[in-house]
Amino acid sequence: MSMIASVSFRSAIRRAAIALALPGALLAITPSADATTIERVVSDSGVEAWLVHEPALPLIAVDFAFKGGAVQDPAGKSGTAYLAASLLDDGAGDLDFRAYHDRLERKAIELSFSADRDTLRGAMRTLTENRDEAFDLLRMALTSARFDAANVELNRAQILSQLRRQTTSPGDIANRRWWETAFQGHPYGRAVNGSLETVPNISIDDLKAYTHRVLARSNLKLAVVGDIDAATLKQLLDHVFGALPRDPELTPVENVVPQGLGKRVMVNLDVPQAVVDFGGPGIPRKDPDFMAAYIVNHILGGGSADSRLYHEVREKRGLVYSVADSLVWLDHTALFLGGTATRAERTGETVDLIEKEIHRLAEGGPTDAELTEAKNYLNSSFVLNLDTSTKIASMLVQLQLDNLGTDYFSKRPAMIGAVTLDDAKRVAKRLLDNGMLVTVVGKPTGVASTTAN
Amino acid sequence: MLALFGALFGAAQASAAPEISHFTLTNGLEVVVVPDHRAPVVTHMIWYKVGAADETLGKSGLAHFLEHLMFKGTEKNPGAAFSRDVADIGGQENAFTTSDYTAFFQRVPREHLKAMMALEADRITGLVLTDEVVKPELNVVLEEQNMRVANNPGARLGEQMDAALYLNHPYGRPVIGWRHEIEKLDRDQALAFYRRFYTPNNAIVVVAGDVTAEEVKADAEETYGKVPVRTQIAARERPMEPVQEAPRTVTLADSRVEQPSMTRNYLVPSETTAKPGESEALEVLAHVLGAGQDCRLYRALVDGKAIALSTGAYYSGTALDYGKFGVYGTPKQGVSLHQIEEGVDAVLGEVVQHGITPDELDRAKSRLVADAVYAEDNQATLARWYGAALATGQTVDKVRGWPDRIHAVTAEAVQQAARTWLDRRQSVTGYLVKSLQPEESHS
Repeated sequence: MSMIASVSFRSAIRRAAIALALPGALLAITPSADATTIERVVSDSGVEAWLVHEPALPLIAVDFAFKGGAVQDPAGKSGTAYLAASLLDDGAGDLDFRAYHDRLERKAIELSFSADRDTLRGAMRTLTENRDEAFDLLRMALTSARFDAANVELNRAQILSQLRRQTTSPGDIANRRWWETAFQGHPYGRAVNGSLETVPNISIDDLKAYTHRVLARSNLKLAVVGDIDAATLKQLLDHVFGALPRDPELTPVENVVPQGLGKRVMVNLDVPQAVVDFGGPGIPRKDPDFMAAYIVNHILGGGSADSRLYHEVREKRGLVYSVADSLVWLDHTALFLGGTATRAERTGETVDLIEKEIHRLAEGGPTDAELTEAKNYLNSSFVLNLDTSTKIASMLVQLQLDNLGTDYFSKRPAMIGAVTLDDAKRVAKRLLDNGMLVTVVGKPTGVASTTAN
Repeated sequence: MLALFGALFGAAQASAAPEISHFTLTNGLEVVVVPDHRAPVVTHMIWYKVGAADETLGKSGLAHFLEHLMFKGTEKNPGAAFSRDVADIGGQENAFTTSDYTAFFQRVPREHLKAMMALEADRITGLVLTDEVVKPELNVVLEEQNMRVANNPGARLGEQMDAALYLNHPYGRPVIGWRHEIEKLDRDQALAFYRRFYTPNNAIVVVAGDVTAEEVKADAEETYGKVPVRTQIAARERPMEPVQEAPRTVTLADSRVEQPSMTRNYLVPSETTAKPGESEALEVLAHVLGAGQDCRLYRALVDGKAIALSTGAYYSGTALDYGKFGVYGTPKQGVSLHQIEEGVDAVLGEVVQHGITPDELDRAKSRLVADAVYAEDNQATLARWYGAALATGQTVDKVRGWPDRIHAVTAEAVQQAARTWLDRRQSVTGYLVKSLQPEESHS
């Protein structure tokens, strides 16, 4: 039942969110729902899961995150968490790669692991009838992954191939240059998948040491959605996670603010379309101004075709196919970060226009009508993220990572409603008046580099 | 507002495949309703049975360009009124074009369904275009072409491969169009195309979500039902392929290519044109050969000989005239594309000669059938399945019966499909390389 491959979309206003893999993108549209129906299930060994019991379909979705992602990579070995995550489902216990994948495949169990900057993330999906087998395979991956040499070398070769491809991909270059310039000397400056220099240095012992330090019970955030009740889940939680150590051994990470504001970094690459990343400091998730900033960002370049950037840069002038930005909140910094792409001879004009629009919003703030529309949108659209089990599970993990309660859904509309026009104006200035770091990759004209390439 | 959530988080409901309803309004517009009462959300889609393969020669990209222009307003809802209304209610919208169809959709809280139907009904025939909005949009599309194709060597190879695979059929044209032809598209051409193809009798509406067939029917009659037929639609008879006699190879060289790869596409039947059981056998064949990390190609090339970094196979069958069966591989450093291709051919030859095992057949079936259950978790996915199938000449019953037909596939049918359709003479092989050095050339 696959669709014919060649599909062309009208708009890709979410390019930035996808391309930059922003953790905040998960909550770009935040939900509201009846708080009483999320159950907190706590097992005897203290493992907590947020459960939405929904038996309408015979399937179960699981999502989880361990605090301690690529920021925990040892010095000179960036890419460790990323490589380790890729190996967790490549054989465990007495099952080698082929035997383990055979078990997954035979029962149509979907299991995947990934690393981002702050977390090691996992997701599983199974039919109810294969529930026990699925949770058992998950237990094995988390407690007895094999890291067999042949699989380590294969995955390493795949990542090195990906890294080589990224050296000539304008989007990847723009993104890497943005982060390494903004966070020079800090773990956030390193790419999650490492580099051609570091990935060859990662040993099997490094991978085992990483998972040993990070896979623990007290830094686990877990959500389960679907055809499973609390009592059954409680038993399975101990079975799957009970053998993990209680506490992780995490290396402390410094809080940091992005550097290079006001800079334009140019990288020459022979492509017809220049790719641009732009961004600056954001507002932390815990900050009382966060919701106002979230609204302001929605007005600037958030998810809808109503945003100022979309309107001015795409609709009015046809300069780009996509332009958008998002708030990004990490454990040790906060950002707003966006991207676009345009033909060489219009690049200068496009970057200038984006800066002008950001400046205009910082100075004048949104209009009353814009604020009302944005609040309506953010309040009404929450429910669109609650229509599949996997979406709900991923959202419940994000809420836990953000230290929000099970009552957040019901409190959120009032939090949005409380933002006044004065708040929005003040926070627009606070968010958008700090200058930006811009990276441009291509052979653009009309953009002056502020740094030698 | 909280009352709405009972449906999602409420009491247990019976587990069952959704009851699909399908009816046709008096003006010829078809409606499909896919109930999913877990969340108070609906996905509303309208599918026009027109795509890039219906364009006039020399105007490639017109179907997709018109898709963009459909957001420019009508007399009743001028400018961006439609999009603003969608945003005001917290909805999401987008659209997409393929060779066979053009579809528009909104995802909205359930109570706004009828408003969406009214807006969508209005733009079936009410589009107003001025050069003031058309010209910037052409530049947007050119930037889209830059992003998807011009900046991406793999996508450029894909275009060249399609052009070589189809000797005569318009599937050989890129959906987004050839750049030199996109540049010449204009308002008059777009409007002429619109008047020729956008009419209720050429459209299918799919509504998936927290609705009943009765309410959708009533709302559809009050909105879509009021749109008069604008034109009759001719049968979709495209120029078909002659007997293909020669394997083709295409090599795209770009200094930016850091990871070479080879891909082969075979011309095969689509779900619509296949004989009974044939497209299902191709689906199983693709799965056994190349799905996941425990398939034949992976075991032979990545795990066994350890010459490839990745490999796989696919069957793209949802199309009016032809399907595509593909295999691909990327070599490890120091391995040539030729070695990869030999390895792939050995695996294909083995299946052609000896077929697949009963165990492989069972595994593929349980996985494919499970995928159908997983799809039920996502109303937007279901809406797309039904819309794409109906827009390419299939029926609701055929979509519903898909798991049963997969169950019925035999190992013999899979081997027969491999024998019949893995025919190099009806294929194109594409090589993505850094430069046309002799050792990398495959001409």
